[in-house]
Parts: sequence; structure tokens; C-alpha cells
Amino acid sequence: MAPATRSRWIGALRSPLGVTAATLLLVVLLLAVVAPLVWQSRADAVSPADILQGSSARHPVGTDLLGRDILARVLVATRLSVALALAATAIGVLAGLLLGTAPMLLGRRAGRWIAALINVAVAFPNLLLALFFAVIFGVGAKGAVLAIGFATAPGFARLTQTMVATVAGRDFIAAARIAGIGRIRILVRHVLPNIAEPLVVTATMAAGGSLLSFAGLSFLGLGVQAPSYDWGRLLGEGLAQIYIHPAGALAAGVAVVVAAMAFNLTGEAVARAIGLRSPQAGARPADDAPPVARAGGTYQAGSSLLSVRNLSVTFPAGADEVTPVREVSLELRRGEAVGIVGESGSGKSLAALAIAQLVPAPGRVHAERLEFLGADLRAGSGKAHRRLLGTSLAMVFQDPMTSLNPTQRVGRQLAEVVRQHEGADRTRAWARAVDRLRAVRIPAAERRARQLPHEFSGGMRQRAMIGMGVMASPALIIADEPTTALDVTVQRQVLRLLENIRTAEDVALLFISHDVTVVAQVCERVLVMYAGRIVEDLPAGELMHDARHPYTGALVAAVPGMDTDRELPLAAVPGRPPEPGRLPAGCAFAPRCPLATARCREQDPPLATYGGDRRVACWHADLAPTVAPQQTSAAGQPAAAGTEGSTA
Amino acid sequence: MSVIAVRQLGQNALTDNAWVRFAVRRTGRLLLSLWVLVTAAFIMIHALPGDPVRAALGPTAPVELVAQRRAAMGLDDPLWSQYLHYLGNLLTGDLGTSMTSGLPVAEVIGDRMGATVEMAVLAFAVAVVVAVPLGTAMAALASDGRRRVGDWMFTSTSVVLATIPEFLMAVGLVFVFGVQLGWAPVAGRAGPGSYVLPVLALAIGPAAVLARIVRVEMLAVLHTDYIRTARAKRLPPRVLYLRHALPNALTATLTVGGLLLGGLVAGTVLVENVFAWPGLGGTIVRSILAKDYPTVQGVVLVYGVGVLLVNLTVDVALAVLDPRSAIRES
Repeated sequence: MAPATRSRWIGALRSPLGVTAATLLLVVLLLAVVAPLVWQSRADAVSPADILQGSSARHPVGTDLLGRDILARVLVATRLSVALALAATAIGVLAGLLLGTAPMLLGRRAGRWIAALINVAVAFPNLLLALFFAVIFGVGAKGAVLAIGFATAPGFARLTQTMVATVAGRDFIAAARIAGIGRIRILVRHVLPNIAEPLVVTATMAAGGSLLSFAGLSFLGLGVQAPSYDWGRLLGEGLAQIYIHPAGALAAGVAVVVAAMAFNLTGEAVARAIGLRSPQAGARPADDAPPVARAGGTYQAGSSLLSVRNLSVTFPAGADEVTPVREVSLELRRGEAVGIVGESGSGKSLAALAIAQLVPAPGRVHAERLEFLGADLRAGSGKAHRRLLGTSLAMVFQDPMTSLNPTQRVGRQLAEVVRQHEGADRTRAWARAVDRLRAVRIPAAERRARQLPHEFSGGMRQRAMIGMGVMASPALIIADEPTTALDVTVQRQVLRLLENIRTAEDVALLFISHDVTVVAQVCERVLVMYAGRIVEDLPAGELMHDARHPYTGALVAAVPGMDTDRELPLAAVPGRPPEPGRLPAGCAFAPRCPLATARCREQDPPLATYGGDRRVACWHADLAPTVAPQQTSAAGQPAAAGTEGSTA
Repeated sequence: MSVIAVRQLGQNALTDNAWVRFAVRRTGRLLLSLWVLVTAAFIMIHALPGDPVRAALGPTAPVELVAQRRAAMGLDDPLWSQYLHYLGNLLTGDLGTSMTSGLPVAEVIGDRMGATVEMAVLAFAVAVVVAVPLGTAMAALASDGRRRVGDWMFTSTSVVLATIPEFLMAVGLVFVFGVQLGWAPVAGRAGPGSYVLPVLALAIGPAAVLARIVRVEMLAVLHTDYIRTARAKRLPPRVLYLRHALPNALTATLTVGGLLLGGLVAGTVLVENVFAWPGLGGTIVRSILAKDYPTVQGVVLVYGVGVLLVNLTVDVALAVLDPRSAIRES
């Protein structure tokens, strides 16, 4: 095994579970070797005077029907029990390997038959297979070893088969095949080494299972026969006397469980170590202390639909916490369309979730003010609260393929909004659902309502999501990248639909997107977010040509236009956004900013009013619009503003 | 209008088609499995080393008797004719005659099957009724990030309980509730009280496994986009967990549940022997020891068919619960 592999195995044994399991396993194996040497005579010493005695100094667990020491017998039985289980497992692994690699070695047709046979065999429980083979191989230890071995073979065959199929699909196997290397050689040299690790782990766990199966067969009288004894037989003998003398059965039972668990847990600990190779994703470095709260600009609360002041979202990260969204302040009037743009990871989606009170569990939302339709959303989550949000605030998420419940009819998912919040009866709710589907231009809405989401196309699903949003009478729709997952023509339809709803029903729209162009078209005002903060707030009409913040300028410059030279790589905002736990001192954009000065690296600029109707957080707001379009793009780095796979 | 109607027809036909394809495929697989099972049971008798009749009657039996029995069982015919004969008999429900009691095997099985089915079904019901709410509750608590200790205790307890095989569980239960406390009868099948321990012994392990799976699946489901959608609709927790999360968690649970139920069928063999339960488990062990091969063959067939039926039920239930699984397959 490669050194890396070995270190992983050792790493597995360092966890508390791994240490316990491995120690237990060592003890069991040691006993298997040593016990018969030490206690054999004691275990076989018949003593008519001591029949069925309880615990005493001489016999800690008592004696059996012939006055033999039970503890000594259980200890001595370790060797036979473990040896038989290991033998059975070895047979199972070997037979499984042969069966599992057969499809690769024998070619497609024979392989398919063997695979079908394996499929049938795996459907039957181990014990039934073992009983079946026990009949063929005969009652006794040898028969039972073969029986349990062959009973475990189909499982291993299936495992081998899937792993071989995976490995065989890789490039180096194809290369070897093209080089004319024979099948058997490929199997031995290239495939087996690659599947050895999981196979060994599974075999370790299977050994525990074999131990239990063997105990079962011996217990039934089909395994080890007198005068030999393993744990199963001791258990069977003990059970007959359980009323007079339960220790016999219990001692053997405990031995079986402990030994089986030693194998199982060791296997599991290693499996876990192999499976979890990636570094812990959740642990992020600590955040700088959040800057002092600043006044959120010129906005006045009270008259607006949504009023947010100094909203932040924190997540625990180890002992500390990170703050991926900070100091977000915004106001929305009725019927207004406001966009939030920024690169992925800028906190725009999380800010939207925070406003909607949908931040997932460990995250916490703080805000000086969070009012929607005059209600303070920070106060509680009672029924009235739920009803307000359920009827007046609609959400449309990025990925329509996963945002609808796959096991429920689309119509029902729409209908339940009014069933829950307006107490509408089934018929009325359904009629409304069909009506709304029709309103979002789903053809044959009546029939479509009865379908499941997977029968809808992506665009139809997103329209259904919007239809779900307008089931009640929303005052605000928060759309988080609603068109990102759709193709261009469908994007158009969805945008037009949102626009129609907005103007017809006077619904406000908070539109989150990485796509500057779309936001400029759809919205009246645009908020630009960077590293969790709003860095610029400006009218949409000025976004494309009069941005004041250099980051906004860079985002706009990265948009390819009709006159973009297609010979050059796509433009991107150079550099990477900082991680929320590792914000630089001063302005977070300074490291990527062509205008950055010493002041930028020391002091974080506040979001200050600029020219009456806009806000900018930049020390050089007066210089900014002259930012030249960046035509440089580092190799391998995606065009940050143009491609975004997931929400932040 | 008519255009829509036509399109509607076409669409419906398409979905129906998927169901037909699923039914055909699944039936095909069932028939193949049945054939393998039946053939394996036939081969079992013929793969035995030595003469099964001689083995059953013992070394002292007169040669004429052995020859007579062999002739009666058709063991001297060519193998293919025996096979056809055997298949024909199976179709008419004739499983042969017990070598020890002389009774028709079908009759013996008919007498004893009820007790086994009862025990298995009850145990599975208990396991599901305990595991699903428990797993759901544990997932709901874990997803809130609270009760770390409770979560840890649940996980470790369920791991230990899942490792203990049903017959050892049975022995433990007999010791605690039969011997120490004297609360429940430990042998035979008489009155409702006698069901308690056998059913518990069979149910505890699967319940532990199932509860863990429900918890893991629920946790995964609770992080999906469509649950976020359901949260965005501000549904009450009851609706959120039961109507939106649970059905989705159940598809994976059901797959494993089916395997567990299959294993449970096998587990009855051991548990019946601990509790002297008058079911098929006792019969098969006694017949194996007595080398009563026709009975063994018959009981093996019954267990096998039982497992196949369980698997079929699970697949159909899966297809109903999550139609994509049926379509994916075909």
C-alpha cells in the first residue's frame, strides 16, 4: 500500500472510535492465539462436584452441566469462533472477487448473465443463503464455513462489480487497453490495486457479520459439532439452562457481540477515514471585529414597504464566528424594483434570505431594523407573523429543477399556500392554483397542475414557482437569481412575466443577480454588494456608464458587448473576492482596486451619500468612472461576473 | 381546444407507457428470480454428496427400502425429466412428501407458515412505527443545531443495538424479562403475551437501523431547495416535516426497509428456535438435522418466495411514492 494510504489508515485509528475498536480487535485476535494455550486444560476439566455452580472465586462466571469452567470455555472458544469466521470471510471475498471480475474477464454476454445471477442472489438475506448452502455442504464446521462463505459471496461480487466498472472507465485503463495489454494483466496490475482498499475495509466489517452468522448456525446445531465448541454452541447449551444458570448463555453472547463489534467498528473507522478525505469545509478563519455601525444614508423609514437597517448575518466558525453579510441597509417602496448585484460569495443571496427570515440553522441574523409592511420581522415567529410572510412575501429561487418538491403534484404545492394561510377549502385552493398557473402561461394548466415537477421543463417550473409566489397577494417578490439556471430564450419569458406581475399588481421586486445587464434592464435601482457590504447604491439608468465605485465599474467592464474582441479571453474582474473570515484592513476591495491608495488599505470607507440620490462606499468616488475595461484574465480563472454556479 | 385535447391524450399515453414498461421489467425480474430460486432448490437436492434417501433413512436401512423410496421419488430417472416433473409438481402445488413424517410437505408448511408470517409482519410493523417518528424527531432536533448530547446518545445506542443479532437479542430479552423479571412468557405461542419477546427480539435491530437511516435521510432532505421553498411558504412545522420532508426521506428509507424486512424473514429462523415458536424456522432446522430433504426444499422455496414478494412490494411502493424511480428504471 502506498505511504499516503498507510498514513490514512493510521489516521483512522487515531480517532477515539478507531482507537477503541482497534484495541478491542487486537485483544480478540490475541485471545484467539493465546487462550487455548493457557486455559485449554481448565476448560476441559470435568468436575462432577461443581455442576452448574454460580459465580465463585474459582469459577468467576460459574460452571456448566459437566462442572467445567464457563469463562475458560468462552475464552478458549475465541480461537475456533474467530478462525472459522475469518475462513468463511476469506472464501466469501475470493468467490466474490471471481464472480465480480468475471463480467470484465469473460466479455459482455457471459458477463451480463453473471451480473443478473448476482443481482438475484443479493436479493436473498445472508442467513437464508447460508441455510441453503448448509444443506448442500452438510451439517458441521466445514459445511458451515463453506455455507457462510458462499452466502457472503454475492454481496462482495456486487461490490467488486461496481468498483471494477468504475475503475475500468478511467483513462489509464483505456490507455492500457489500447496499448494491447491483456485483460487479466489489466485486472491484476491496474484494477485490483485500485479497489483493494474498500474491499479490505468491507471484508473487515463482513468478518464481524460472519462471526455472528456462524454463532447463529452453531446455535441452531448446524455449525460446530460436539465435542468441539465455539461461541454459538456455548450459547445454545447455555440457553437450555438459562432459568437455573443464565451466566453460561450470557457470557457467550457478550463474547460474540464484543468480537463482532470489534471487527465492525474497526472497518467503519477506517471507512470513515477513507471517505472523508476532503478538509473540513465548515471551519473558516475568524472574522475581524465588525466595524462600528454607521448611519445608513439618507433613507427615511416608515413610508416604505421594506425597511432594513444594519442587517448582518453571522455563522459560527469553530470558537469564533464569521459575518458574511454586514451593515446592509435598504429601503423598498411599493412596486419598486431593486436589484442586488455582486460576484458569487458577495453575500447577496444570504442578505436576501436574511430579509426573508430564511437563514438556515447555525446562522444568526442581527438588524437594527427589519420591517416589512410595518411589522417587525425580528419579533418572534408566531402564526400572524407566518401568515404575513406566507401571503405577502414571495420567494423565487435560482434552481427551478430542485426548488419544487419532487414527490408532490405541482398544483397541490401551489394550493397549499392559500389552504394554510387563508383557510381556503380544497376545491377553491385548487381552482386558484390552476388559475395562477394559467396566469404564468402554463399551457393546459388544468392538466399540468396534476403533474409532478419532473414532468415540467425548467422554464415551466420557474414560472410555476412564480405562480406559487402570487397565490396570495404578495407585496414583495424576492427573486434570487431566478434566470441563472435557464437558457436564454426562457430567461426572457421569465423576466417579462416578473415585469408584468410587478406593474399589474404593484408588487415590489428585490432582484438578485450576478448579471449586471439583466439587473440594469429589470430594476429601477441597483445595490452593488462586495464582501458582504453594499458598496454602491445607484439608479439603474446610471449603472452602465456612470458607476462611482471602482468595483461596479469593473463589473460593468467585464460584460462582453457586441464590439468585444472575441479573439481575446473574456474579461473578468481581476483577483478574487476575500473570504468573509479574512477581510483585509481598510476597504475590502483595495487589494483588487487600481485606484487604491494607502488610505484605502487603512480605513474602510463608509457608505456615504453621493450626488443626492446615490450612495457610494469609496474614498475615490470622484475618480472612479475612468476605470479602464480590464481585458486581462488570468488563465484558468473564470470570468467572475459572467459565470456563477451557485448562490452564495 | 381540440389541439389541447389531442396533446393531452398523447401525454397521458406516454406516462401510462412508462408504467407499463416498469410493470413488464419488474415482472420479468420476478420471473427470473423465481426461476433461479426454483432451480437452485432443485439443484440443492442433487448437489448433495451421496444418496439423499440413504442419508435420510440411515446406514442400517435395508437396500430394498432405499431402492423403493428412490424409485417412488423418481430419483433414478434422467435429470432433465426429474426437473420437468419437479416443475410440473410445483405448478400444481405439490411440494413432495416428508421423508420423516410421510405427510405432504405443502400441508406441513401450511400448518406452520401462519405463525412465522405473523411474527415477521408484527415485528416489521413495530420497527417502522418506532423508527420513523424517532428518526424524524432526531433529524428535526439535529437540524436546529440543538441537543448535541441527545444526538450523540441516539447515534451510539442505535449503532450498538443494530450490531446485536436477533437471536442474541432474544437471549438477552429472555434473560431480562423472562428470567429476572418474569414479565413475559419465553416459549411457545399462546396468548398475546407470548408475542411480546419474539416480536421485540426481531424488531429492535431493524428499528435501530431504520431510525438511523430516517434521521440521515431527513437531515439531507431538510437541506434541500424544495424544503427551503416550503419554508418560504411559511408552512407550519407539522406540514413542513410530515408532508414535505417525510415522503422524500422515505424513498431511501423504503429501499433499506425492504432489505431489512427480507433479513427479518431470515431472522425468524433463529428467533423461533430461541422461543420454541411453532413456525417454519423450527421446521427447517429440524428437517436439516433429520436430513428430511423434501421438507427442507419446500421450506427454502417458501422463504425465498417470501423474500421475493417483499422486494416486489417495496419496488411497487417506491414507484408509487416516487414515480421517478419507476421511470428511471425503464
